[in-house]
This record gives sequence, structure tokens and C-alpha cells, in this order.
Amino acid sequence: MRETLGVAWRDLVLPAKVPDLEVPTSIAAMGACARFSLRLPSAQARAVDQAGGFALSGGVNSAITSGGSISARLGPDEWLLIGPEEQGDALSQAIEVDLDGRFFSLVDVSHRNAAIAVAGREARAVLNAGIALDLDDAAFPPGSATRTLLGKAEIVLIRPGAECVYWVECWRSFAAYVHGFLMEAAREFGPHR
Amino acid sequence: MLLVNCPYCGARPEIEFRCGGEAHIARPVQPSALDDEAWAEHLYFRTNPKGTHAERWLHVHGCGRWFNALRDTVSDAFTASYTMGEQRPDAGKEGE
Amino acid sequence: MAPTTVAQPYRFAKGGRIDRTRPVHFLFNGRTIAGFAGDSVASALLANGVHLVGRSFKYHRPRGILSHGVDEPNALLDVSRGPGRRDPNNRATMVEATDGLVTRSQNHWPSLKRDIWAVNDLLAPIIVAGFYYKTFKWPRTFWHRLYEPAIRAAAGLGLAPTEDDPDRYVHRHAHCDVLVIGSGPAGLAAALAASGSGKRVIVADEQAELGGTLLHDASSTIDGESAEAWLAGALAMLRAQRNVTLLPRTTAFGYYNHNHIAMVERLVDHPAPGSTALPRERLWQVRAKQVVLATGAHERPLAFADNDRPGIMMAESIRVFLNRYAVAPGRRIVFATSGASAYQAAADAKAAGLDVTMVDTRPEAGCGVQSARLRALGIEVLTGHTVLGSVGRMKVRGLIVAPRDATDRIGSRRTIACDAVGLSGGWTPAVHLFSQSRGKPVYRDDIDAFVPGTSVQAERSAGAAKGTYDLAAALAEGWRAGAEAAGLDGTRSFAVSPPTRTGFTPARKLPTDVDASRVRAFIDFQNDVAAKDVELAVREGFESVEHVKRYTTTGMATDQGKTSNMAALGLVSDALGRPVPQVGTTTFRPPYTPVSFGAIVGQARDALFDPIRTTPLHDWAVAQGAVFEPVGLWRRARFFPKRGEDMHAAVARECRAVRSAVGIFDASTLGKIEVVGPDAAEFMNRIYTNAWAKLEPGRCRYGLMLKEDGFIFDDGVVARLARDRFHVTTTTGGAARVLAHMEDYLQTEWSNLQVYLTSVTEQWSVIAVQGPRARAVIAPLVSGMDLSQEAFPHMAVRIGKICGVPTRLFRVAFTGELGYEVNVSADHARAVWEAVYESGRTFGITPYGTEAMHVLRAERGFIVVGQDTDGTVTPEDAGLAAMIAKTKPDFVGKRSLMRPDMVAADRKQLVGLATQVPQLVLDEGAQIVADPRAPIPMKMLGHVTSSYWSTACGHSIALALVSGGCARLGQTLYATTPTGFAAVRVVEPVFFDRHGERVNGDFAHA
Ligand SMILES: [Zn+2]
Repeated sequence: MRETLGVAWRDLVLPAKVPDLEVPTSIAAMGACARFSLRLPSAQARAVDQAGGFALSGGVNSAITSGGSISARLGPDEWLLIGPEEQGDALSQAIEVDLDGRFFSLVDVSHRNAAIAVAGREARAVLNAGIALDLDDAAFPPGSATRTLLGKAEIVLIRPGAECVYWVECWRSFAAYVHGFLMEAAREFGPHR
Repeated sequence: MLLVNCPYCGARPEIEFRCGGEAHIARPVQPSALDDEAWAEHLYFRTNPKGTHAERWLHVHGCGRWFNALRDTVSDAFTASYTMGEQRPDAGKEGE
Repeated sequence: MAPTTVAQPYRFAKGGRIDRTRPVHFLFNGRTIAGFAGDSVASALLANGVHLVGRSFKYHRPRGILSHGVDEPNALLDVSRGPGRRDPNNRATMVEATDGLVTRSQNHWPSLKRDIWAVNDLLAPIIVAGFYYKTFKWPRTFWHRLYEPAIRAAAGLGLAPTEDDPDRYVHRHAHCDVLVIGSGPAGLAAALAASGSGKRVIVADEQAELGGTLLHDASSTIDGESAEAWLAGALAMLRAQRNVTLLPRTTAFGYYNHNHIAMVERLVDHPAPGSTALPRERLWQVRAKQVVLATGAHERPLAFADNDRPGIMMAESIRVFLNRYAVAPGRRIVFATSGASAYQAAADAKAAGLDVTMVDTRPEAGCGVQSARLRALGIEVLTGHTVLGSVGRMKVRGLIVAPRDATDRIGSRRTIACDAVGLSGGWTPAVHLFSQSRGKPVYRDDIDAFVPGTSVQAERSAGAAKGTYDLAAALAEGWRAGAEAAGLDGTRSFAVSPPTRTGFTPARKLPTDVDASRVRAFIDFQNDVAAKDVELAVREGFESVEHVKRYTTTGMATDQGKTSNMAALGLVSDALGRPVPQVGTTTFRPPYTPVSFGAIVGQARDALFDPIRTTPLHDWAVAQGAVFEPVGLWRRARFFPKRGEDMHAAVARECRAVRSAVGIFDASTLGKIEVVGPDAAEFMNRIYTNAWAKLEPGRCRYGLMLKEDGFIFDDGVVARLARDRFHVTTTTGGAARVLAHMEDYLQTEWSNLQVYLTSVTEQWSVIAVQGPRARAVIAPLVSGMDLSQEAFPHMAVRIGKICGVPTRLFRVAFTGELGYEVNVSADHARAVWEAVYESGRTFGITPYGTEAMHVLRAERGFIVVGQDTDGTVTPEDAGLAAMIAKTKPDFVGKRSLMRPDMVAADRKQLVGLATQVPQLVLDEGAQIVADPRAPIPMKMLGHVTSSYWSTACGHSIALALVSGGCARLGQTLYATTPTGFAAVRVVEPVFFDRHGERVNGDFAHA
């Protein structure tokens, strides 16, 4: 039995890869992350500005990246917070400390989602095979994030900052579909890794 | 496919939304105080207008928020979107 | 004229836009046809003198190529591009000539030249409009068995492919500021004007080359340049701009709400060999801020007897074949026209060295300067003439004409020998997309055409699509449309020389010297509708043009009547003596031209048809040989057969293991919602029928949820983790709708409650360990929790660790046995499952699937919402009246439970059924009656909702909804079986462990 010091191993739904920015499209499943769904009334968010190092100051459908973490505001009172896997417990404690005394909901969703990075100069064309949103720089600039649909699956699309790198989050049981959909859409752009 | 204006996210494709029927039908504070007829009226009867219709919409594959919108049931044109709790923008002019 | 090769006797030595350095060869009915890259199949066939390309739909008359574009009604070919790559009904005019194509004509047997169904042509007097409706009505059963198959074999438009399509199809969503549809003069001018703004412009055109009519305009100059040079310059300018996307081979076929336009781009059908990964077609869904419709116009044929012989085509199409493809459709061409545009075609034909005659139905005075100019070129021009018919069979050999006077008296006949005829009955703007955009076309008397009226969406039309046929005017109109669409001011005029020849006199049906009611002057070539059919329909009382369409089928073919609608409208108008606008126009519906199923399906096929959701334990179950069943989008293990076992044996074994030792079950698909906030308990009180305020943290409770109408909506076990935190479970299928239901109330009715909801369905995997030895199995693996009966009773929840990772451990028993549901974070599930399985080996732990789970819960009488309920079942009906907290003033659905119908005694209520024959397992869905000898239709009392073989009971068990069921305990009723009826006794819906004593498992023995 694969156990480390008697602790159950973590079995990712998609094997992680490193994105390759040299090819027209690179579709790479990301490694394990710590994730939280934070719900907080918008007035409270304005008052605290940040929690546990996650910025809460961005507008709806924005993503603020700092260090290894992303704060994606998916709605007026909803954030998807993504951080390094090993800092999960520390992050949740820090958030709870920063929001102490306020009405909020912090739920660990680290294992609920899987993440796939779509990168390369044709990334937008690949995504638009299944996403009905305008992904042009003017409409979805770096620092954007939103929940939407890719084909028949709900996803969260994040453009953390870099030029042609998009981060696709989906519930883990949709990961095979989402990954397969992206690979199929990328086929016409030649070899990809 | 309609383009629906979410008050929080802006114009988004219809597939991200779910329409929740007629808006501004508040659940009675004390349903048990209503007689059967009044309760049936609340539960089942809707205006179904030809023209401007105030509707509930849920941005289910977006920000997850319910909001209200005015849509012309003939042309499908949206004239307003507003958040839950806000007054109907054309209040008093319904049915004109 | 000097043909280039023997193989292409009708090809000019030079000219045209074909690439003579790239010869192509394809097969037509087994014959090799030579052409060049840039040819359409139609132009290559004509270059080889092939005119006969099909048999007509109804009368099987020989038919040739009528047009050069999407409006082609006749030249519909079956085209194969290789194994699996065959489809019927391709317009020869739109299929690019490609090496290796195999094309075949359709609708004939045994061969194109000898078609036995041509006998229909001789029967034409009886096969008139409405023939099928009048003839094949009786007897009724004959329609399916005889008439329809026979008619379909004789008629029909090609054969549907039967092989799997090996090609790829993809979708693409796009946004732009200005979408220009059509790249003729107006469209290009619009694109040029709009592109200057820097805004995003997309130009789509159905042709392989952009340019529209400029591709075959050999006579005009624009701003001092030849049309060809101007076109090249315009395209170069557009290509140089990053904000412009040019999409040739792209048909905009649907104009939907809010400027949503669907287009199909053909990618690998064309000659350039692309990457094999390239999709065949791409479906574009464009959301445009503004749309410019520059979709051009379709030419109308003239209606006279036998106007459908091969070799008779549109005048403008002749011009296209001459100038764009360098092909002579014939060597002696007669043009018959009621308007000016054909004069340019005639002049071009003459310039190409062909023998040309012009017949104009208008009197000399109505032809203006055109007739004199044409005569100056040495062309005979017969003005004031009518066309009485044509001669020839497989190919036109002559046109019969005669002079007509102002009162339509016909003079003496003359037959003009020819091998091709060009018809022009005027022009019909392509208002299809405008009409689809919900705009109402308006009739313009001066051009006898419907043109776009007031815009309903953000679009504007320009050029011939708007009835502007003059080139200079079309360019200027296009420019202005493009500029306005891009939010720019500015007009621009274009110097065009010579002026475009425009204007025509509508001619619905040319006057004849024989009995007009016997003349078959075709107006709809694809559906074989003649002018007299429309007149017959009107005589028979059809006055609405929509009814005439359906009765005669005119305009109902795959070409949607592009060449015939105005003729039909005009004929109805004449027959009724009402002006055209009062007769109305038909509504155009998508698609503008047929779209392949592949394009619509896109990526959604095979593994990508639907998301298939699997749990983190799926692969383990696969390795164990589990048989799966779909539950919504999920795939769940149904049972785990051992070698040689069928489902019955496997399920019986799995059930025995759970009842006697321990089983392990993947319950990960259960919906899970975390309800958090200071008002969480109050929220739960309002959403569920039962009470939550007094539930202590660390305890679980079964919850029942209604919709406002009082019917059961969902159920599940709820754990209170803290005063302000609940872990709610829902049914697998109900996960999404329960969350939506809760959010709806929270956001729209009770927005003052401080509660937030988060779906954790996929955060937590659930490993159900059920059976008397369940505790013994998990005990060695858990830490931080006391599993003793006192510390961890039934319906309790504890937070601790299992295998070193966090768990929310529930003690619950959907099987009725001692049981735990081990919630662990999804990525840990496989490791924990394997550890539990390993630990359970000593006890004979047995994986069980959904089938055994159903048997086990039914033995205990636990309902499954959606199986034992159907949206019309109240808690009382389901025997769950105890779940209703009488003390709560309100909860969702409470008021509805007091409606008189909801408490009626004869409501269908959940009961158990015991079959008289213990081995008989009833069908789920079987109907229940009181007396099987009652006359049919007999009263149905209800139906079986769940039915299984119970190993634990040693007999079959069933749950059923039966009218007044609770009062029928002990009664004998009858359930339908495949062969008749089976006697059943109504019993309590609990079959095993009636008092629920087994949930304490080995504690009881401890
Ligand atoms: Zn929104």
C-alpha cells in the first residue's frame, strides 16, 4: 500500500504537467493546490481589503495574483482562493483570524476542483471552441476571472496575468471531459505538449 | 441565443443563465393566513403578458446571483436589469 | 474559341480566375472530368460540355446547371471525398473541384440518361399540385406500408450516408464590432470603411474567393482601376489589418437574437491539402455589435414551357462561367430577358467570341439604349418578344420565340437554334438573414422586390441585398453602412464606368399562344412546381401564400425558393388580383443553406458527447470488474460480479455480505452542501419539513424537503458540525437542483438571513462501510475519535482522522445495518478505500453496487426520491408524516399540505406488496388494479415503484403507490405482468428488521 508514514497519499484526477510556452498551444493539468470558497458580504470585503494575504479589493470577475496565490472574485460576495497545497491549513487559519468577528463562510474545496493551464498563442482560439465569452484583451484582460461554461461543463476561467496563459478550474469529475475537450480543440494547431 | 445583462457581470450569453419566471411575487410572510384560493393564486397564477415582462434570472454559470430583468416577450429585447430588492424600474407603467 | 485541351472543349485558352498550373481531376458518374484549381464542379462539368446533371424531383425531367451559386436548384450531386466522406445534395456550383472527388447525379434509375421514372413526366397531367394529398389518403394503413416507401424511392433527394463520419468538426465562439456578411462590392466597401476604425471586423463570404460579383466583372472600372485590380487592392488592404478577420468559404446561415449569427466555415473540402488535424468544418457563433448584410441578390428565371432543359441557365451565371471560370456554357447562346442586366452578359459572351442572340420581352421602347448598343456589337436583338418553349431533350437545341404586342397577341413562331440559353427575369434581394433577424421586408414596386424594412436588431443592409444594383451606388452604400456600423462619420463616392445596366419589367409567366393551363412553365425547379400549379392552388381556394407554399411545395425545397419565391408571389398576386404586398411574403427560417449535422454537433461526439462524471474510486471499481450504470451524468458501479455470476447472483451475494458481515460502497456521488452562518439553523428550519434548532452539533438527522407545492423534492442525512455549520447531503440526482432551490430562497425571499451555501459534493468522497462488522473494520484506521456506542451513537458525526487524513465520519445506515459513511477529501479517497478494504479482508468485506444498495434500503422501506416519488407525492403519501414538524409555523411547502386535494383519502400512498408467488419479482412500473376481470379500460389504482428479490427475506419485495393504500393493508390486488396479472397482498412497506434494531451491529453482541 502506497502510504507515507501511514498517511494516505493524494491521488490527483489528472496527472500534473508543466506548461510549455514554446508551442502554439499547451494544455497542462496543474498540480495539487489549496483552495477555499470564501463568502463574505461585499461591504465586509471593502472593510477588510484582504484576508490571509488574499486580496479582497478586486471587482467582480477579477483575479489578483500575489506570490503563489490567486484571489478570484466570482461574484459580489464570492471568492475562489487558490494557494500552495502545503500552506492550506495556515492559510485557512490566517483568513479566519483576519475575518474574526465578521459574518463569512470559509469552505475548503481543495479537492473539489482540478486545474488545467491553457497556454500559447492559440490559447484563446482553443478556449473559444467551448467558451462563449469574448476573451479579447479588452474584454477579458489579464487579471480577469469568471465562472462560465466550456462546452457542457461549468468552469472557472482565470487569466492570472501573463500574456497567453489561462487557468481553467473545474469540478474534479468534469476534469476528464474538460481536458479532453481542450485537447480536441487544440488538435488543429499542430503538435502540442 | 439571447444576450442577458447581469447587474454584476455585464452582458453574458443566455446559456449561462436560467430564467426563473415572473418577478416581484413575494412569498407571503404568513402563508398559513391565506385561504386556499389566495394560496393557489400565489403558487400558480402568473400574468403572462404580451410585451414588457419583469422576470427573475439566475446567473447560474456566472456570479451565481439572482436578479430581475425587464424583457419584451414579443421582441425579446431587454430594457433593464436590476438587483433583487430593487424596485421595478418602470414601476407604475406596467401594461402600458 | 480555341479549347486548351481535348479534355476541356468548352474552356477558353486564357482568362478566368482558375489556376491553370494546377489541373484537377474528379469523377462524375464514372467519367473523369478535368478542371483546374479554382473551378467549381459545375464549371468543370461545363468546361467538358456536361450539362445534364440530374433528374427532377417529381417528374424526373432531365435537368442541367441553372445557376452558379447557392441558389442552384437542379445540380445536386452526391459527393464522396473518400470512405465515410460521402454526402448527398451538394450544389455542384458550390463544391470546389478537387482531385479525387467522386460525384454522382441523383434521383434516377438505372442511369441518368435512361431513367425509368421519367414516366412520371408523361403522367404529369395527373401529378398536379396536391396530388399526394388527394390520392394517397386511403386506406390509412397503405400510407406507411406502400405509398410512402414507394414514393420515397421514386422521389427523394439523394441517399443519406450510412458510415460513421471520420472527419472532425469544431465550434468557435467569436465577438466583433462589425460583422460584414458578403464580400461583394457593398460588403468590401463596408469592410474597408469599418476597418479604418481599428475595431474588430469579420468578413464572411460563402464563396471560395472573396469578391462576389467583382470576381466576374470584366467590364467595370472602379476609381480608374479594373474591377479585378480594385478587388485585389481592397483585399490586400483588409489582409494587412490585424483587426480584420477574413473568412471565405463561410456561410452565415442563421441570424438569431441579439446579433448572434451562426456561420459554417468549410476548411478541408477545398483543394489546398491541409493538416489532417484540420477540422472539415467549423461552426462559428459570432456575437456582433453591428452587422452589415451585403448578401447580394438572386436572379429570377423566366417562366415558359419547357424552361427547364439542360443548357438553360441564368444570364448572370453565364457571365460568371465566362469570366470567372473561362468556360463557355455553349457556343450559340440565346439570352431571354425582361431586364437590362442580361445585356452585359450578352456583351461579355459576344466579346468571348460566342454566337449571341438577345430576346427581350419588353417592347423596344422599354429597352432604352441597351438594345441599340448591343446591336452595334453585331448581336441580333429581338425586343417585344415572348418565349413559347424550348426544343431538345437531354440538352436544349433551340428556343421558340414569337413577337407579342401590347395586348399579348402572339405573332408567328420562330425557333432560334442554340446550345445554351441565359434567362433573366430580374432580381430578388437576398433578405433571408434580415428576415431571420425578425425584420419585416417591405415591397418596392419600382424594382418588384421585397427589400429590408426597419431594422429590428443592430444591422443594416447594403448593395443588391437592399435592391441597390448599380455598382457605384452599391459601393457607396456599402461604405456608408460600414462606416456607420463602426461608429464613424463619412461617406465616400466611387467612380464607376461604364454605368451598371439595371432595371427590369417583372414577367410572372410569359404570354403563350397555346392553352396556358396545359403549359408547364417551371418556377420552382427543385420541387418541380410549375406556374399552373400555383394558379390551380389559388383556384382551389388557397389564398394565403403560406398555404399555397405548402400545398404546391413551392419554395419548400432545400434551396428555400431562392429563385422561385417572387414568381410564386407574383402569380398568386395576379390570380387574386391583389397587389404583391397584400399577398405577403414568406418568413425565412434558418438555415440559409443546408448545414451538416457534423458542424452542428461539433466536438460533442463520442467521449465528448456529454461529460461522464466518475468518482475517485472509479478506477478501483473498473479493476474489480464492476458493471456500471449511468445516474445522471455519473457512472456508478451497479454490481461487482465474480467469475460466472450474473447480476442476480452478484447482488444476492453482496446483500448477504452486508447483512451478515460487512460491505463497502462508493457513495461519493451524494450531493453535499455546506450551510454556514449564524442563521444556518433557522434557514434549515425553513427549507426542511422537520426541526433543526435542537439538533446538537455532532448529531445527524434525516431531512425531508418539499417544494412550495407541498410535494417531496429531496431528502438526505444532515449533520450539524457546529452551531453555525451544517453538512447537508442530497440525492445524487438532486445535488444541483437542491442547491439552486436553497439559493433561490436565500437570495430572493430571505436575503436577511446570514447564511452562505457551498457545494462540497466533489470535495468529499464517501466510503460507506455497512454491516455488523463495520466498526471493527474501520477501528484500526481512525484516530482522534472514540467509536464506542456511547461516544459515537447511531446518527452521530465526528471529525477526526482516518489513515492520517481528515475525515468527517458519519454513523448512518441506509442499509439498516450498523454503518459508517467515511467522508474524506477526494484526492485521499482511493488510498483510504484501499486501506479500509485491506482492513476488512479478515471480515470478508465485500464491495457492493447501487443495485444491492437499492435492495438493502427497500428491505427496510427507505424511499428513493425520484423512484418511489414522482413529484406528486406528499410526505403523508410516502408514510413520512412524522417528518413534519407540527410546531413550526412555516416551512417551504407547509401551506400547500393543507389544500383539500393534499389530504384526500384516495391519494396514492406508499405501501408494500407481497406477491402471492414468493419468487415472482414484479416489474417496476407495473400497474395495479383491483379486479383483473373488470372491463377495459379498467381503473388503475397505482403502480409499482421499487421491486427486488430479497435474499434476506427469502421472497420478492415491492413498494408501490396505491390509491388509498394505507386503508388497503391486507387486501389482495393485482399487478400487471408481461403475461397477465399477479395477485399481490398490500402490506406495510417494511420487510426486514421491522423495528430497526440492527443499526447497532456488533455493539449488540459486545
Ligand atoms: Zn453575473
